Amino acid sequence: MNEKPDKQNSLLVVDDELVVRDSLSKWFKQDGYKVETAEDAAHALKKMNDGPWDIVLLDIKMPGMSGLELQKRLREIDPSITTIMITAFASVESAVQALKEGAFDYVTKPVDPDHLSHLVINALRQKKLASENALLREHLSEIISGDEIIGNSPQMKKVIELAKTVAQTDTTVMIRGESGSGKELIARAIHANSVRRYFPIIAVNCGAVPETLLESELFGHEKGAFTGAQYRRKGKFEMADGGTIFLDEIGTISQKMQVQLLRVIESKQFTRVGGNEVTHSDFRIICATNRDLEAAVKDGTFREDLYYRLNVFTVFIPPIRERRTDIPLLVQHFLKKYSAIMNKPVVEISPEAVDLLVRYDWPGNVRELENVIERAMVLAKPPSIRPGDLPFQMVTKHHTPTDDSIASVEKAHIEAILSKTGWNITRAAEILSIDRVTLYNKIAKYGLSKP
Amino acid sequence: MSSICLFAVPPCDESLIKGLIVPLRSIFQVPVEMRLDGTIDPAFAFDVYRNQYNSTSVISAFLQRFPDLDGKILGITSVDFFVPVLTYVFGEAQLDGPVAVVSSHRLDNTLYGLPANQELVMERLLKEAVHELGHTFGLIHCHDYRCVMHTSTTAEDIDVKSERFCPSCEAMVEKKKGPANNHSK
Repeated sequence: MNEKPDKQNSLLVVDDELVVRDSLSKWFKQDGYKVETAEDAAHALKKMNDGPWDIVLLDIKMPGMSGLELQKRLREIDPSITTIMITAFASVESAVQALKEGAFDYVTKPVDPDHLSHLVINALRQKKLASENALLREHLSEIISGDEIIGNSPQMKKVIELAKTVAQTDTTVMIRGESGSGKELIARAIHANSVRRYFPIIAVNCGAVPETLLESELFGHEKGAFTGAQYRRKGKFEMADGGTIFLDEIGTISQKMQVQLLRVIESKQFTRVGGNEVTHSDFRIICATNRDLEAAVKDGTFREDLYYRLNVFTVFIPPIRERRTDIPLLVQHFLKKYSAIMNKPVVEISPEAVDLLVRYDWPGNVRELENVIERAMVLAKPPSIRPGDLPFQMVTKHHTPTDDSIASVEKAHIEAILSKTGWNITRAAEILSIDRVTLYNKIAKYGLSKP
Repeated sequence: MSSICLFAVPPCDESLIKGLIVPLRSIFQVPVEMRLDGTIDPAFAFDVYRNQYNSTSVISAFLQRFPDLDGKILGITSVDFFVPVLTYVFGEAQLDGPVAVVSSHRLDNTLYGLPANQELVMERLLKEAVHELGHTFGLIHCHDYRCVMHTSTTAEDIDVKSERFCPSCEAMVEKKKGPANNHSK
């Protein structure tokens, strides 16, 4: 081989002929590969548990399951597997079939040694490029969808500063904040600014995974650990090796999981479900919750020792209603984002609409704001978003006076009553104890209009 | 490890084998001798369909004949070798085992329609002999293109590398030889 493998690349040779298995195994071992052999499909499938294999050399004609059928099965287990078909009986049909089903190449026995060497090198190179490409795409989508953290308010500036400071360390971080306030965004920002940034950040929403599956999700499982566990599977802690694991909604995990989690955090070691082998992983933990963990500790539903392990450094993200000055910035940001995504030339938002958005209470925080803008972008007639494009509930909900003058209090009150009655002038006039003409005059005076 | 024994596997040009003794001694720093007794006739390893000789079978025959040999065996021949899955091999060795074989068949320029060059054949044979013996010392293919353990699948590839080990491969050979052999240096 003309180039040294970066790590020990692994090869699985599947052939029913002993001499072929032996000679290929010898040939590749001399090249420094980790090589194992299997005499038939059943043995090959068993060997998948010793993988992952970089390349599988597959004989097409074997007793029992054919190489083509086996290739399909292998791909179900590991979609990224690279297969090279080797056969003594070359036929155009089988070659076409093998390539159609994703084989890297097809060669006939005996193979030219020079050809075989280059074939395997090229297959490895392509595999490496494909996995690099997938990783880069993932990073890119994180960059695109992750967005930068928007906010000029003193509260947000403090959050950003804290995140930057803690990113440089390996400390466990707990991010607190209401639902939709951007906890995962901060976690990703911390990871992206840490020394672990070239390794993955693995996010697990502990609240979204059923309790029974969470253990296998986090620690992985061995083949046969439970019904349906046909093959060994890596857990999130193992995937996060070298990087960061982000445990969202940590407050929802059961007492049993809390004990296991505590042990993993302390030892950085764990065993897969149904296995005995101790696995090591080097990860940093960032967790997030919107629950009152202190109360949970007090009433005994959350372990105190785990709480202290996780609550080393806390970043609190203030709800959007406590930093209303950030709303126009966020609105502009989402406007640009959705204008690009939807390819719609809506590039501005009317001051009245911004005013409504700033005054709304945002129980769903930034997530809600983003959804509102996305929805408004769908409805809006280019080039701008108007109050009518915003969800009706919001328009009706807040008619707070802009200042304390009689006029603005009167305007807000009339607006609220009109909304309440669905702009039924007679009914609104009755409630306001004024006649309809006066109401019409006031509507004209304050420039109110039916949404 | 005490020595390297060279066997002529007929048909073979004995002058080629004699030419290997001194350089192999200098490279491996162990006694190298040419043995005239007990060689293997490769006729049994001939494959009529391929018109080639199975090198793996020749290695097995050597192993059976010398089960207790303390040292390495190198069989040298001019027949065309193959292993079942490959079209040809220049030689074959047992990784970290006692036996290796090499063939001069594909090292000869006349096979490629070029003028004969006996000196070049000798040079290539030495490199392949050192390479296969290197495998018997547990060495795998080397990244350094100048190192004799660099892989070669064509005769031109052999010409690029030297007949010497790179420092790290040499250190491996020394380690395998063990302290008992260091006095021979």
